[in-house]
Amino acid sequence: MAVAANPGGVPEHGGVRLDPVALGVGAVEGHAGVEPIPWKTGRVGTVPAIDVVTAGASAGAHASAGAGAGSHAGAGASAGAHAGASAHAHARAPNKKKLPGSGIPPRRVAVILKWARRVSQVGFFALFMYFLFQTAFRGSFAARADSAVRLPLPVEGFLLADPFVGAMTVLSTHAVYRGLLWSVGLLGLTMVVGRVFCGWICPFGTLHHFFGWLLPSRRGRGAARVEANKTHTYQRAKYYLLYAFLLAGVGGSAIGGLFDPICIAVRSIGLGVIPAAQYVTHRALGAAQDVHSRPVQAAADHAQDYLAQTVWQSKQFYFHETWFIVFLLVAVLFANRFIPRFWCRVLCPLGAFLGVFSRFALFGMTKDHAKCTDCNLCLVHCQGADSPQGGVKWRQDECHMCMNCETACPEDVIKFTFLPNRKSTITVPDTVRRTALASVGAGAMFLPAARIADSLDVNYHPKVIRPPGAVEERGFLERCIRCAECMKVCPNNALHPAFFEAGIEGLWTPILIARIGYCEFSCVLCGQVCPTGAIQKIDEKEKMGVGQPPIKIGTAFYDHGRCLPWSMQTPCIVCEEFCPTSPKAIWVEEVDATVRDSKPGPDGAPPAYKTVHLQRPHVDPSLCVGCGACEKVCPVQDQPAVYVTSVGETRSKTNVILLENTSYNQKT
Amino acid sequence: MAGTLGAVALGARLVWDKGGYGVEQSTATRQVRDYRLAERDAEHAQLAIARAAAKEAGDDSPGPTATPEQLVRRAVEAMGGMAKFVSRGDVVVVKPNIGWDRMPIHAANTNPEVVGAVIRLAFEAGAKKVVVADGSCNEPHRCFQRSGIWRSAYDLGAEVILPQEHRFRPMRLNGDVLDEWPVFTTLVDADKVINVPIAKHHNLAKFTGAMKNWYGVLGGRRNRLHQNIDVSIADLATFMRPTLVVMDAWRVLVRNGPQGGNVDDAKDMHTIVASVDQLAVDAFGCTLIGQKSENLPYLAMGERRGLGTTRWQSLRVREV
Repeated sequence: MAVAANPGGVPEHGGVRLDPVALGVGAVEGHAGVEPIPWKTGRVGTVPAIDVVTAGASAGAHASAGAGAGSHAGAGASAGAHAGASAHAHARAPNKKKLPGSGIPPRRVAVILKWARRVSQVGFFALFMYFLFQTAFRGSFAARADSAVRLPLPVEGFLLADPFVGAMTVLSTHAVYRGLLWSVGLLGLTMVVGRVFCGWICPFGTLHHFFGWLLPSRRGRGAARVEANKTHTYQRAKYYLLYAFLLAGVGGSAIGGLFDPICIAVRSIGLGVIPAAQYVTHRALGAAQDVHSRPVQAAADHAQDYLAQTVWQSKQFYFHETWFIVFLLVAVLFANRFIPRFWCRVLCPLGAFLGVFSRFALFGMTKDHAKCTDCNLCLVHCQGADSPQGGVKWRQDECHMCMNCETACPEDVIKFTFLPNRKSTITVPDTVRRTALASVGAGAMFLPAARIADSLDVNYHPKVIRPPGAVEERGFLERCIRCAECMKVCPNNALHPAFFEAGIEGLWTPILIARIGYCEFSCVLCGQVCPTGAIQKIDEKEKMGVGQPPIKIGTAFYDHGRCLPWSMQTPCIVCEEFCPTSPKAIWVEEVDATVRDSKPGPDGAPPAYKTVHLQRPHVDPSLCVGCGACEKVCPVQDQPAVYVTSVGETRSKTNVILLENTSYNQKT
Repeated sequence: MAGTLGAVALGARLVWDKGGYGVEQSTATRQVRDYRLAERDAEHAQLAIARAAAKEAGDDSPGPTATPEQLVRRAVEAMGGMAKFVSRGDVVVVKPNIGWDRMPIHAANTNPEVVGAVIRLAFEAGAKKVVVADGSCNEPHRCFQRSGIWRSAYDLGAEVILPQEHRFRPMRLNGDVLDEWPVFTTLVDADKVINVPIAKHHNLAKFTGAMKNWYGVLGGRRNRLHQNIDVSIADLATFMRPTLVVMDAWRVLVRNGPQGGNVDDAKDMHTIVASVDQLAVDAFGCTLIGQKSENLPYLAMGERRGLGTTRWQSLRVREV
């Protein structure tokens, strides 16, 4: 059975495993009217493709007789749409290096599609990263002083096209929020060509594709890899997760965003990888700036400038408890070492969602099982673990449409076509009904379980300060998918992923930590990038309260025991200086206070007393918007003497102090 | 063997931690940055005040009778012209106040047209490069953009440098309360430095102008300076002695300073003041909002240190 290798690269003619069925009787070389087998001759031009004939044979038509009889035109006609393309590809084959098995080169269209897929992956990943870099306000020398500050690009575009996010928020809010209508387009794409999103577009999938190629050790090659790439029952897990998350959505929680791949990519790269890269680069270039050489210093300076204007911001950003987000990213990337594309195959609820809808796809795989030699080359390159090999049914819901199997197959078994024969295809997820029901039940139970914990209805955490324009907390939890776009865009590094401050249900939802950064009074960028309307798209007038009450996110309080003018008789009022409202919510009371000298008097006399003039700050709760500027700039470093809590926030009817703030129907 | 041991011993000696507690003392010299020119011609003004002329009766055209640029030109001309201060080939740093995320109408930052006029004059005098920079209080990109200074400076070909972290270096200042602070290197690496502050009300310091504008050279946690704001201001004015001061009083924040935020807090005054003496500028400037220089302790401190005079009337004043 061995194929003798020809030094010229052209496979030897004799002794080749020609398919006896396909060739039929009389298909003997030299026989009058029988074309030579095209991929063995190297002859350029249109020849009846023998594989086309075999394809016909396997379909039951047994057109090989016609071909064998020299009916050239008939062969092309009976073979279907692929005759031309495959014949052409075969004719070029001798120029290429030797292929394993029968050495049948892949169809050119398959090779083109594979390369198109690679280009698409690189392109979409680059676009995703570009959008992520642009999820920041860096100002513009061209902008007029009075032009509104907005991002010029739809940086949240990948999330808007995410049908899992769309479905989850539709279930929880019964409405499609603005740009999320785009996700219908992606669903439509899936219903035509299957899960191309996973294989061609998804930036997180591309990352896993790359790491799945990079990481497998020696153990992960050959038979071990083939085994790993076979369809496994653990791949069902993602469907169960999907069902649970959708039911949690019905209950009123968008907790599924924790597992959405785009959310994870934005969150972990935006809040972890980029700030970490900035930290390291800043250290390295800082060291270069200390070198006593003008050109080196200038180069380091320019590098810092360039990076600050394109990749990150001009100061280091920090994020609350972000180590856990990064840890999970590293863990899930490392899992590729054991199961290639572990995330995509086992956990991704978006992939599962698209998998459910891929059953309608018009584009898919047909297999010619009879020709499979069990070489398993398709499995070596398979991304979705969707059983591309012969002898088993293809799993359409698992396939990422990467086209690797068709280009890898040396035997002409696998073909992707429109309106394929579905005889050897399983189109629906292979889930176990009981487990699916249990997942649905678990998802439905999540909300009551999370809410009988004390974090929402009672004992609301005072430091859960939501971004300006955030809707009421229940509505917020229905919408917030924890994508971290708001935290990434916040120019002051004020928004942070909550850890457990907002309860388990609020994990990684945005909270304002004023000590790290305050809410810039006229900035509305977080609402602009929010894809689900958890933070509404307010404008400056609404936020600052021009002709209407401003949007409050909390209220400031003084700790008189720590405040310099209050307890240490020292002038300060930086808080008053930074208070952005007009009139200022912080007002000062002029007092003359007594202060003791630090040193004792002469001859051990008690220290003298003197009078100092002070301005003591007070908060006017009806003017305070809770931006936290005062807390940010308070010079009492470790625990500020003025701090903001969420009480008095505009969005809540219960989390209020003043009676006047409960009369919503009166315009103040 | 012995060589290895010796090398190890030497290495260990070099990295030997002898213990001890506390912050390392800097041995760097304490500095001041003096960009003033040595001499002043007797024929030129020491304090130039340019005001837009009052409108004649019957003139009901909107707007003032002069543009900010015309006033800046008149004031600098009275001081002897920009060529007296800037030489051909100089790198000139223009330091406006770009502290707040406010628009020009709020008068919390220097008027962009005034900054533009100073840049243009510097280029006309032959400056090789004009750099505009400030260390903002609010988010810098917002401040630079919404103050209008970024655009006006860029359009004139000046280099705008935002206060990025890597541009700050620790430096020892020669001050009473200010010692080692991170300093915005862009502002001190220059041949000539022009201070372009805005006159405005300040709730703690009562009035701020030229001297307080040097808060912008400091990085780090400046909020501590307010515990002794007068000495801090005097220290900074000791550290930075600019080539020229051009104070913007085109529109002046008369209350709710230093940030303002309400259009009604500011008042049009259509005035530009130029001088070499930062104290004289502030002493004159505070009269614009009805303050007296005796009420501003930092002026008296500056005078005691010999930084200038608060009796601006005693200088060669020219009103143009």
